Amino acid sequence: MSARKRTLDTHPLTYCIDAARGPLDLKDYEAVGGYAGLRKAIRELTPLDVQAQVKQANLRGRGGAGFPTGIKWGLVPMGDAHDGGPKYVVCNADEMEPGTFKDRLLMEQAPHLMVESMIASGYAVGASTGYIFLRGEYIESARNLNKALAQARAAGLLGDNILGSGWSYDCFVHTGAGRYICGEETALINSLEGRRANPRAKPPFPAISGVWGRPTVVNNVETLCNVPAIVLNGGEWFRGLSQGKSKDGGTKLYGCSGRANTPGCWELPFGTTSREILEVHAGGMRGGKKLKAWLPGGASTDFLLPEHLDLPMDFDTISKAGSRMGTGLITVVAEDQSMVSAVRNLEEFFSRESCGWCTPCRDGLPWSVRILKAIERGEGRPGDIEKLMRLTRDLGPGRTFCAHAPGAMEPLQSAIKFFRSEFESGIRASASAVTA
Amino acid sequence: MQNQTVIKLADLGKAPPFELSDAERDQITEEMHHYPDPRAASIGALKIVQKHRGWVPDAAIPVVARLIGSDGADLEGVATFYSLIFRQPVGRHVITVCDSISCHLTGYDELRDALQARLGISLGQTTDDQRFTLLPICCLGACDRGPTMMIDEDLHGDVTPEQLDRILGSYT
Ligand SMILES: Cc1cc2nc3c(=O)[nH]c(=O)nc-3n(C[C@H](O)[C@H](O)[C@H](O)COP(=O)(O)O)c2cc1C
Ligand code: SF4
Ligand code: FES
Repeated sequence: MSARKRTLDTHPLTYCIDAARGPLDLKDYEAVGGYAGLRKAIRELTPLDVQAQVKQANLRGRGGAGFPTGIKWGLVPMGDAHDGGPKYVVCNADEMEPGTFKDRLLMEQAPHLMVESMIASGYAVGASTGYIFLRGEYIESARNLNKALAQARAAGLLGDNILGSGWSYDCFVHTGAGRYICGEETALINSLEGRRANPRAKPPFPAISGVWGRPTVVNNVETLCNVPAIVLNGGEWFRGLSQGKSKDGGTKLYGCSGRANTPGCWELPFGTTSREILEVHAGGMRGGKKLKAWLPGGASTDFLLPEHLDLPMDFDTISKAGSRMGTGLITVVAEDQSMVSAVRNLEEFFSRESCGWCTPCRDGLPWSVRILKAIERGEGRPGDIEKLMRLTRDLGPGRTFCAHAPGAMEPLQSAIKFFRSEFESGIRASASAVTA
Repeated sequence: MQNQTVIKLADLGKAPPFELSDAERDQITEEMHHYPDPRAASIGALKIVQKHRGWVPDAAIPVVARLIGSDGADLEGVATFYSLIFRQPVGRHVITVCDSISCHLTGYDELRDALQARLGISLGQTTDDQRFTLLPICCLGACDRGPTMMIDEDLHGDVTPEQLDRILGSYT
């Protein structure tokens, strides 16, 4: 992140981050405004007040789907509807969507913000325990989070009777051992319980029946990290942070990777254009090359073209353009790079990471890889493109048990739509060529 | 450097005895306290064994399962599902090289080829001197520094083939 002056009021996610300096410990984090949101929540607000602020902020999930967080939290039984048993907050810190590197920044560089967010969110839904489901490769995140948790525990911000409120809550880091599917929220719950990470049927939704059959809120790292500032400054303030660039509020960790000059991740107003992200923050394309295509937010989003660069990066606008904002970290492909190879790479990823639970995904994804490899070698057969198109329908939304396979089809269908001639030039005229 | 295991003829067919060390047992027990159901420590327990031994031998499964109140078949199912639980011996250092999209666009192919040539092995293999195992891995969440790889617990970004001698040299 740049050294521009960032404060809690302007940059609620990165105000305490200076990567050159490293993460703040508890005392220094509190000196810049840290834990003020949590203290306010516990001392002045009821859990339902906190939920109301989050609803008013219209905070939408930053894990990729943009589901309103306030509505999700509203499903958790509270008051008389609650049977008195344990409830859980689970932070989805499995960040494994190719092209995404935002949650790592928050957990490595702002571990106390993550911890404060876990506690404030736990308070809002009356949880007894929080788990940060962290991918195993994030070694430094685990180290920094565990240190922050220990400091918070020692300061009475975690544990029994927090700040004299009568409310008790603890929080733990749970590290994974690979497999992208763990990021799917119901698979994540299975994994947290110590099972294989196959997704579960929905309903029931986790907010009603999640970990150990108990009400569970699952939210992305970045989503939760907005909560302390929303509590402190209010939902109205949060909506204003997007400066009219989007009807959605707040800031967003946007980023850029691939063939850009200065790839990175930046906290910008929600609805910033990808042109600004690429040309201003990421320094444009490397080596003076032209942009050919870009993924708006991870491997499971449809490719867009240079002509889409001026659209505000928000959920609704990018959906209307035929893609999804996803995680909001864009991946750029240069004019001299092959779309067929890029898509082959993406489908190899999805194929390897299929959990194997349902047939279309388990068998369809490797098939798409075989066809794409043949086309990449220039040995595709007539009809192969049609077969791929057929797969994009057969593995589309509603055809498989979870959103993994439909996500895999997004870059494939859009690459064929926009760059069909590249696929065609990998097809051998002779029908006798062998595909697999 | 670990000694080659010697298998005596008389022992063939017998399961090699497996005992958790005190350190392993303590760490697993500590992990179990984080959950109302100790089975939730399944992955954590396997990772603790792996941290101490480099991998998770078959004989460890029933012993760990008993400790966390799970059964051997369930734990075996878990152990085989997750890609970062190694069920075969690996080298002293494990190199995981990111083969996902941003690294694909910034030089994964060249990096993989250089690693394979430098180590004389293919992806999925271990060098004869047991020094390195080379594995592909999906996005390491450091795409702004592609191409990336991890060696053990260290992340290396913007890796060029020219840097490999220097980087690998620090893992003996
Ligand atoms: C295959 C698959 C992988 C996913 N991986 C992640 C992930 O790594 N991190 C994440 O926050 N959400 C991931 N999600 C989305 C989660 O299922 C869920 O929507 C999210 O955690 C909800 O949090 P949010 O509302 O705060 O975004 C994934 C979804 C699918 C289908
Ligand atoms: S769609 Fe794929 S990842 Fe999802 S449940 Fe089916 S096999 Fe598993
Ligand atoms: S794609 Fe290689 S680190 Fe993300």
